[in-house]
Amino acid sequence: MKYLDAFRDGAVARRMVEQLHARVADYAGQMTFMEVCGTHTMAIYQHGIRSLLPPQIRLISGPGCPVCVTPVDYVDHAVALSRLPEVVIATFGDMVRVPGSSSNLQHEQARGAEVRIVYSPLDALALAQKHPEKKIVFLGVGFETTAPTIAGAILAAQRQGLKNFFVLGANKTIPIPMAALAADPELQVSGYLCPAHVSAIIGPGAYAPLAEQLGVPCVITGFEPLDMLQGIAMLADQVLEGRPRVETQYSRIVRPEGNPRARDILAQVFAPCDVPWRGIGVIPGSGLCIRDEFAAFDAARRIAVEVEAPREHPGCLCGEILKGKVRPGDCPLFRNACTPENPVGACMVSSEGTCAAEYKYGI
Amino acid sequence: MCLGIPMQIQTIDGDLAVCEIDGVQREASLMLLADPVAVGDFVLIHAGFAISKLDEEDAQATIDLFRQILAQGGGVE
Ligand code: SF4
Ligand code: SF4
Repeated sequence: MKYLDAFRDGAVARRMVEQLHARVADYAGQMTFMEVCGTHTMAIYQHGIRSLLPPQIRLISGPGCPVCVTPVDYVDHAVALSRLPEVVIATFGDMVRVPGSSSNLQHEQARGAEVRIVYSPLDALALAQKHPEKKIVFLGVGFETTAPTIAGAILAAQRQGLKNFFVLGANKTIPIPMAALAADPELQVSGYLCPAHVSAIIGPGAYAPLAEQLGVPCVITGFEPLDMLQGIAMLADQVLEGRPRVETQYSRIVRPEGNPRARDILAQVFAPCDVPWRGIGVIPGSGLCIRDEFAAFDAARRIAVEVEAPREHPGCLCGEILKGKVRPGDCPLFRNACTPENPVGACMVSSEGTCAAEYKYGI
Repeated sequence: MCLGIPMQIQTIDGDLAVCEIDGVQREASLMLLADPVAVGDFVLIHAGFAISKLDEEDAQATIDLFRQILAQGGGVE
């Protein structure tokens, strides 16, 4: 894109880093900023952002990857469905390698299950039109960026009268776990780099309770290196000023009102519910479940299947990684039993998972 | 998975647009988009849907701010 170079200018980056060092030079405390978006995590590693920061500023990764936070029993459910002869699983690519209790979708595919990687829920819809003899089950993972696209596909399926399109739902919302982690005294989050594309939907207002009630500074930041440096500087300023608020660095994409149309469609199809997060447990109200009016499209309600009892790898520290409490290097399996080729835990699967990013780029 | 890619709208047919970046073309649904868009606009595409329009004025404002940072005295070079 024509603008892109302007957001990667090395000279500007050096000047920003200097200014940041100068600004916090007299600050005696420690600022801990959490990024909760997998794409931010990847960008931080890719551009070596940690190595540029003054010692007063520490970055930790949070639960921002929908693939990473999907619990093992969800994968088991998808695996069980994939074994039914009439079912075709349609999914984003990352999901096929997430380990379940005893298998994953890639293994099932090798054994003959029909698993199709799609780029959009609309591709899954097209599969349903083309194969009326099959049941197409789309794996509905993702936060508020992805959930409206799934809601849109369900509405389209209803309009077209499709009877063989289903969603196995595990959609989630991000501000609620952010509040839960902000309240955790062990973490002492002093500011959030808020997710960029989630915010394009929910708008800055969604983080107001974090800033106003919990006193945690929030800055919605883009993914280019200068975006991220500027976002970190804006958070540092808020800490220095002692005035927590929500700011938008990424105003070229994120409007003050977010995207009301997408939110309407989301609310039409999904309702808030309690859902489990991998390693974190159930967080009340943090899920998006298919409303009763659309139960006909809910794979969990419409396709009966027996699912094995969930069992997680005992050594995997993904849960602690997702809460920002440990680093990948703290996990004894990291780089040993657990690699991107053979992931033991979900954080090693997607390129935006914390373990995968650290494996590829180092700290 | 949650990657959003800015692409330029080439054609619009009802709720469906053909978008392009770096010579790669993709169809995208406009059904989730709140802002009105026209051919030539940049939109953020995620999972086959346009979810936000790129605001060129705001993009320019951010770039101008970066230039100011560069112009501010002190430091290297
Ligand atoms: S890792 Fe994949 S799933 Fe996770 S945030 Fe990122 S893109 Fe989304
Ligand atoms: S290294 Fe592997 S096993 Fe350890 S926490 Fe990361 S994903 Fe889990």
